[in-house]
Amino acid sequence: MLIGSVVREVYDLAASAIRDTSRNNKGDPPALQVDCVSAGYRGNRHALDNISFSVEGGERVAVIGPNGAGKSTLFKAIVGVMQVSSGSITIYGEDTHSSHTNVGYVPQQSAIDWTFPASVFDVVMMGRCRHIGWFRWPGKDDRDIVRDILEHLSLDQLAERQISELSGGQRRRVFIARAMAQDTRLMVLDEPFTGVDQTAEQEIIESLDILTNHGITLLLSTHHMENAALHFDKILILRQRVLAYGPPEKALTTANLRDAFGSALPVMTHGDDLLMFSVDYDGEGTGDGSD
Amino acid sequence: MDPISFLSEPLAYSFIQRGMLALILVGGISAVVGCFVVVRGMSFFGDALAHSILPGVAISYTASGGYVASNLFIGGLGAGIVSALVIAWLTRKVEVKEDSAIAIVFVTFFALGIAIVSTQASYAADLSHILFGSINGIGQSDLQMVAAMGAAVLVIIALLYKEFQIISFDLSLAHSLRLPVEFLRILLLILIALTIVASLQAVGIALMLALLITPAATARLLVKRLHHMIVIASLLGILSGVVGFYASYYLDIPSGACIVLTTSVIFGLVFLLQSGWNRFRERE
Repeated sequence: MLIGSVVREVYDLAASAIRDTSRNNKGDPPALQVDCVSAGYRGNRHALDNISFSVEGGERVAVIGPNGAGKSTLFKAIVGVMQVSSGSITIYGEDTHSSHTNVGYVPQQSAIDWTFPASVFDVVMMGRCRHIGWFRWPGKDDRDIVRDILEHLSLDQLAERQISELSGGQRRRVFIARAMAQDTRLMVLDEPFTGVDQTAEQEIIESLDILTNHGITLLLSTHHMENAALHFDKILILRQRVLAYGPPEKALTTANLRDAFGSALPVMTHGDDLLMFSVDYDGEGTGDGSD
Repeated sequence: MDPISFLSEPLAYSFIQRGMLALILVGGISAVVGCFVVVRGMSFFGDALAHSILPGVAISYTASGGYVASNLFIGGLGAGIVSALVIAWLTRKVEVKEDSAIAIVFVTFFALGIAIVSTQASYAADLSHILFGSINGIGQSDLQMVAAMGAAVLVIIALLYKEFQIISFDLSLAHSLRLPVEFLRILLLILIALTIVASLQAVGIALMLALLITPAATARLLVKRLHHMIVIASLLGILSGVVGFYASYYLDIPSGACIVLTTSVIFGLVFLLQSGWNRFRERE
């Protein structure tokens, strides 16, 4: 299994390197380049064990893996919330820690204090902080930009709402709007589909499409494999290491999923087809009705 | 007594005017800083910080042989900053929970302060001045000092409002925007320490927490955005300063106790009226 995953990893890197050269004429740096990154925290020193992959500008990548696979750790390392113990992460060719390139980050909903006194408008304006600059207050330009983004994501009616008065789906879209206000080219979303109903899920997917239309590169973690398979260019299966990385039909194989999830996942095969499923690993309820 | 002379009579003396101005300043500034204390859930830290300035105050007290306000400011501020930094430093280790670190530093500093004050002959009177404030002893230079410290605190908060808002709401955003998170956090702690020291003479250490927390918590009930909360809280703080001043003058109760009781009464009224209003609306 270990050798297999390493081989696959090498293969994927080689394949993506070939694609890179064919896609980028002038050798543009990839949107995200993760090189031999290991990271961990107290209690789990090897949350990420020597992982490498790269994401092209404008691509949509879904990261899947069981709980504790290191998805959140990976995202925190990319965003710069957490230091890596070895390896390097570059965003559009610049090192995450030395550069001022900011990464749009939509954290897990449980990490946010929803009772904080802020309206939807206020939260989205927070994304403008660096553009406004030190010692300054938001100007008319910034207010216009925020209104524009809210309108784009159909949140303009909610601008004055306090954030605790929002539904689960609205909350995620507000954070997507905030990340958009950061004016970033790379956005990282940690479990945006967890705990929302089907309508909200659809709205979030529509928001993601808007981001893609703006040329924003997306990296998203989810337990929802159906969404991952249907709406993303590539799937990255993570379990401390990269078990598979590639287009959904290549990555989502029974063998890869068994490697990642073990017996926790009711994989069913029908002939050569892998049956799609959506399972809650954390029991937070995706409300999507497993099929 | 007619209302005008009721209001103007106490103001006939300049030392009383200074006291009233000090209470207004202290009420307003503490409420502004207190909004950040409330939204960040740092009430316990605020209380601890107020108590841990005692050794600094006590040392200046002992050194200058009595109540010399400008020395007390410097001593108090020094102890406040040292204790804030020690707490920040202890909590870097995950095994030390923040509230434990705060509690340890708080009682250690407070005990040290009591030990130092107790070396003085006028121990009881001195300690009660420091713990409960002595508004009538505020001189012209003390008032200027309170005003200067208050202005510094307000200017820094106005300049760094959006950054303080972000580190209070969502640290991950602060990191992803590459803000100097640790610097901003410590600066905010220092602003809290400055506010506490500026309020020392007017309300004293023991009751300081109420000035930070209660007007901000009241405003939190009334409005839903941080900058609105800051405006309302500061108005409530100023109102409490004024009402507390007159109550203190006419009822002959220490000013610190009066201003704190005023903030509590306002909080209670708002809380009850709002609960009643909500129940009324549900029935509609």
